[in-house]
Amino acid sequence: MKAQTINAEQVKAAIEAAVPGCRVELLHNGSPSAQHSLVLDHEHAVEIAHFLRDDAELRLDFCSNVTGVDWLDTEISEKVKTKKLVDGVETEVEEVKKTTVPGRLEAVYHLFSMEMKHGPVIVRLRTGNRTDDVRVPSLTPVWRSAEFQEREVFDLYGVVFEGHPDLRRILMWDEFTDHPMRKDYVAPADDDEPLHAAAGERAR
Amino acid sequence: MEQTETEALKAELRKHGILTTTFEELYNWGRKNSVWPLTFGLACCAIEMIATTMARYDLARFGAEVFRASPRQADLIIVSGTVTKKMAPQVVRLYNQMPEPKYVIAMGACAISGGPFRDGYNVLKGIDRYIPVDVHIPGCPPRPEALIDAFMMLQKKISEQQLTGESRPRHLHSELPSEFKVPDYGEHGLEPTENAEVWNPLKVIQ
Repeated sequence: MKAQTINAEQVKAAIEAAVPGCRVELLHNGSPSAQHSLVLDHEHAVEIAHFLRDDAELRLDFCSNVTGVDWLDTEISEKVKTKKLVDGVETEVEEVKKTTVPGRLEAVYHLFSMEMKHGPVIVRLRTGNRTDDVRVPSLTPVWRSAEFQEREVFDLYGVVFEGHPDLRRILMWDEFTDHPMRKDYVAPADDDEPLHAAAGERAR
Repeated sequence: MEQTETEALKAELRKHGILTTTFEELYNWGRKNSVWPLTFGLACCAIEMIATTMARYDLARFGAEVFRASPRQADLIIVSGTVTKKMAPQVVRLYNQMPEPKYVIAMGACAISGGPFRDGYNVLKGIDRYIPVDVHIPGCPPRPEALIDAFMMLQKKISEQQLTGESRPRHLHSELPSEFKVPDYGEHGLEPTENAEVWNPLKVIQ
């Protein structure tokens, strides 16, 4: 039996009714899958997670997947029309305005209900930036299945999950300091360049 | 010339029902027909290795059916599969724990070069960076026939080893090492990235 889809807007309304003072943002997914997601604030994330799991209507008892996303700093250039004085005459001039959106890390949770046979509800937690403010609350106390996957996100992306019972690296060794799945990660060369350089030389 | 005369004499004697041999020949004949591999698989190549030992391909025909569960009893380590950087120190340690004379077959694209994962962050670019490999087999994965071919190549190598003289193998040179440096887990990768004693890549001449 196929899982019934679940309306993210209704889930958002239910959360806002149940957890007063929370800030939930609905993030639209424009692709045909239309799997919209909910961005939770850090202060209420655990409380919201408990509500999602225990609410009689939702009963999202199964966290099937946790993954990380790395968003680099991006520069958005927009064309803005402004009025300016050109040779004493006020004319409309088009200017390119550049704004930088700071990068951040994200943890994405996919939730299903075994009991109600519906899902997924997609929940996101965002860090402040990619360098020193990389903390998000852990949802492992709510869904045990998140434990290893949060460790994986910590290992490969460097997101620190506060409240995780055993936050250690899971794939790389403990002495390792990098986060290989980050977009700006560069693997050590391991003395490969002479061969690569020679191949490039021949191709030309 | 002398060698062929000896061979001719041996063949002549055999016609009269007299078998002659040398100690070296007998010793190597015994060794090459009882190479016991280590029970050790790393990835999908291990499945082909297991298939090689089963009834259809039957590695037992070559005296290598006894896969030993302890490196102390093994003569051969078949590095069958992807060697991740996290696993590499353990592979080297297992090799170090084997008694001499010991041999290595690097099986498949990953074990010889890193294969499809070469440009990744977590895969060793060939086990020959840390331990001396006797036979490399390409393939992804190599078929059981390829492993048997590599095994026969190793048998040929063993039967040609001399017990005395300058060209005698490593285990008969008391001054040559039988243990190799186990790499350490570093902050960005394995340290060192290769063992210069072992790894001699072909130099690219431009």
